[in-house]
Amino acid sequence: MGTTNDPFVAFTDVQKTYDGEILVVKNLNLSIERGEFLTLLGPSGSGKTTTLMMLAGFEVPTHGRITMDGVEINNTAPHKRNIGMVFQNYALFPHMTVEENLAFPLMVRKVAKDEVAKKVARALDMVQMPQMAKRRPGQLSGGQQQRVALARALVFDPKLVLMDEPLGALDKQLREHMQIEIKHIHERLGVTVVYVTHDQSEALTMSDRVAVFNDGIIQQLAKPSALYEQPENSFVAQFIGENNRLNGKVASVNGKACGVEIQNFGMVSAIPISVQNVGSATTLSLRPERVRINPEAGHYANQFDAEVQELIYLGDHTRCRVSVLGNSNFIIKVANAEGVPSLSPGQKVRVGWKPEDCRALDAY
Amino acid sequence: MSVTTYSEDRSTLKARLRRAERMQRLRALGLVLPLFLFILVVFVTPIAILLTRAVDNPEIADNLPLTTTALKDWDGKDLPGEAVYAAFAEDLKAAQKSKATGLLGKRLNYELPGTRSKMLQAGRTAEKMTAGPFKDAFLKLDPLWGKLETWQVIERASHRTTSFYLLKALDRQWSPTGGIEQVAPDQRLFVDVFVRTLGISVGVTLATLILGFPLAYVLATLPPRHSNLMMILVLLPFWTSLLVRTTAWVVVLQTEGPVNDLLLWLGVTNEPLPLIFSRFGTIVAMTHIQLPFTLLPIYSVMKTISPNYVRAARSLGAGPFSAFWQIYFPQTMPGIAAGCLLTFILCLGYYITPALVGGPTDQMISYFVALYTNRELNWGQASALGAILLAATLILYAVYNKLVGIDKMKLG
Repeated sequence: MGTTNDPFVAFTDVQKTYDGEILVVKNLNLSIERGEFLTLLGPSGSGKTTTLMMLAGFEVPTHGRITMDGVEINNTAPHKRNIGMVFQNYALFPHMTVEENLAFPLMVRKVAKDEVAKKVARALDMVQMPQMAKRRPGQLSGGQQQRVALARALVFDPKLVLMDEPLGALDKQLREHMQIEIKHIHERLGVTVVYVTHDQSEALTMSDRVAVFNDGIIQQLAKPSALYEQPENSFVAQFIGENNRLNGKVASVNGKACGVEIQNFGMVSAIPISVQNVGSATTLSLRPERVRINPEAGHYANQFDAEVQELIYLGDHTRCRVSVLGNSNFIIKVANAEGVPSLSPGQKVRVGWKPEDCRALDAY
Repeated sequence: MSVTTYSEDRSTLKARLRRAERMQRLRALGLVLPLFLFILVVFVTPIAILLTRAVDNPEIADNLPLTTTALKDWDGKDLPGEAVYAAFAEDLKAAQKSKATGLLGKRLNYELPGTRSKMLQAGRTAEKMTAGPFKDAFLKLDPLWGKLETWQVIERASHRTTSFYLLKALDRQWSPTGGIEQVAPDQRLFVDVFVRTLGISVGVTLATLILGFPLAYVLATLPPRHSNLMMILVLLPFWTSLLVRTTAWVVVLQTEGPVNDLLLWLGVTNEPLPLIFSRFGTIVAMTHIQLPFTLLPIYSVMKTISPNYVRAARSLGAGPFSAFWQIYFPQTMPGIAAGCLLTFILCLGYYITPALVGGPTDQMISYFVALYTNRELNWGQASALGAILLAATLILYAVYNKLVGIDKMKLG
């Protein structure tokens, strides 16, 4: 038996291939802590759903070990894993009422009748749908079905709940509402959740940690804030949030600072994250809200001439597209606050940013 | 004021809408009309006509009009009086002229076997009768005309509609006392045939379900590459003539056929089994023909069931069998209901297959309908059998609807 310090679930060197030619999951090592809300985020085909299916028991790893509570579960049948799962299209049994759907996992576990009724009522209360007990899934709206699916995955008190893009079919407003609700239920029950999504804002909103998948590999596994503010490679920087890229060559590296030469345009000061040595190609990553327009002279180490190309008014802020250092798709978010200069397309401005906000990553 | 204007506007608006859509409605009607007329002419009308044939009874009323009128005053308890015999003689003279005595004899023969020749004889004799008393003349001619039963039958048959054929189709008849009784045991036939028809149909339906369900499951879950090939194999018999398929079974199952040879060689049996011209052969051949009809609706329903349902059930703790039985199987019910109903109803009407591969005790109701239509030329009886089969089918359909719900069925 594992102690509390051991990870609850661990993937060790897990690989998966469907056709014997392409590895969908390449050498996955991942530890999931007890009570954690972990999100697997990535574009479609990145291996995140396959990882989830291996954990649920619907796919067998081609190589490696998956352990749960220190016990290998590679060959444990899905129904013996005691893992709750919420599916993308809910997979509520259409021939059963909401009540019967919720009772199903308890019935197959041979729970006593009165106990079943109690637990079903409690689960329905938890998702605020006690009045829908006698309805069939077909008579419920998408959001209601989603709640029932959630209640069904939790009603038998599993220690681990898997969610495969459960909010994908809902409209934006309902989705945001449900994100908060799932988050609250997670906090209240203390259950471990592994959540799969391709929606980065969903991942940032809900998770304790996010594993960004691409090409069968975890690109970065970190807290949401770290993921956004300290991306470790260009893919993560590009995939999470909005990102300005500048391609250049490393001119100098000096501990926690480096100079990057943008050909024909000048030198940018940045912090080196994944640059090898002087002369290697790199991509600078810079968040749009960290750039100032017309800063005081000398305030920032990086200051360059730019020309305003386009302005898009978005209420609380204005997206300003400028051309700077040969990049005409450079976005700056200008907050709609006092003292912000009025801009117009074609205007010549100065733009500046701190070296700490500019990360020199692998060449993209 | 403004309200009136509004409602006036509304009524003219409705009129305008009707006018605007009239052309479209007419065009739509024009498109359906050919099919509608086709169904009316070749389907509804023949069925209606044949159903009336089951109770239609014009022979006696048309050809013995005077006797029919005279019998109206008869109490039916004793032999009729001289007036009836006189009318009978007059009618027979006319019938002899119009060569209708044969028809009369045939009609009475249905109810009183052996009457035909005596009717022809009576016709010839009546031609020569000039003066009465006619009663004595007929009684002298043949004891048949002196029997109360004969006149009761003629009286009953003189009505323009009759329940005779329908009762006969259920092995029933009118008793001399006016009630309904079973026919003599040696003449009982049709109830057995109906029960046999239903029994064979139920058997074939169950056989196609047991064989078709797993096959449909494999087809629905296999990758398209393989399932397409299997689907062609399933549909192959569909594209072969029914006659060819049935004859092929005769070849395979006959006494000297490969199946019997194999069984003998394996020592399973010491003498060839009666695989063909038996109930077994009938059910095998019919199952083969009906399999796609049961399978296809089940297959198309299975295609729409997401594998996530079974996965969900498994993740919720159900073992493979209970996930299948409690979650997957109930969702295939609309397809099973549709496929089984289709096969069952088609089986009720089977004719060629039992005729070719069945023994004498395996013939279904259609065989007798054909027999009465083509050989016996007793269309009344054929129609009555058809009417009873139709009624039984509709009753079963209603029961089925109550149990399964037709609106829940999916044919594909």
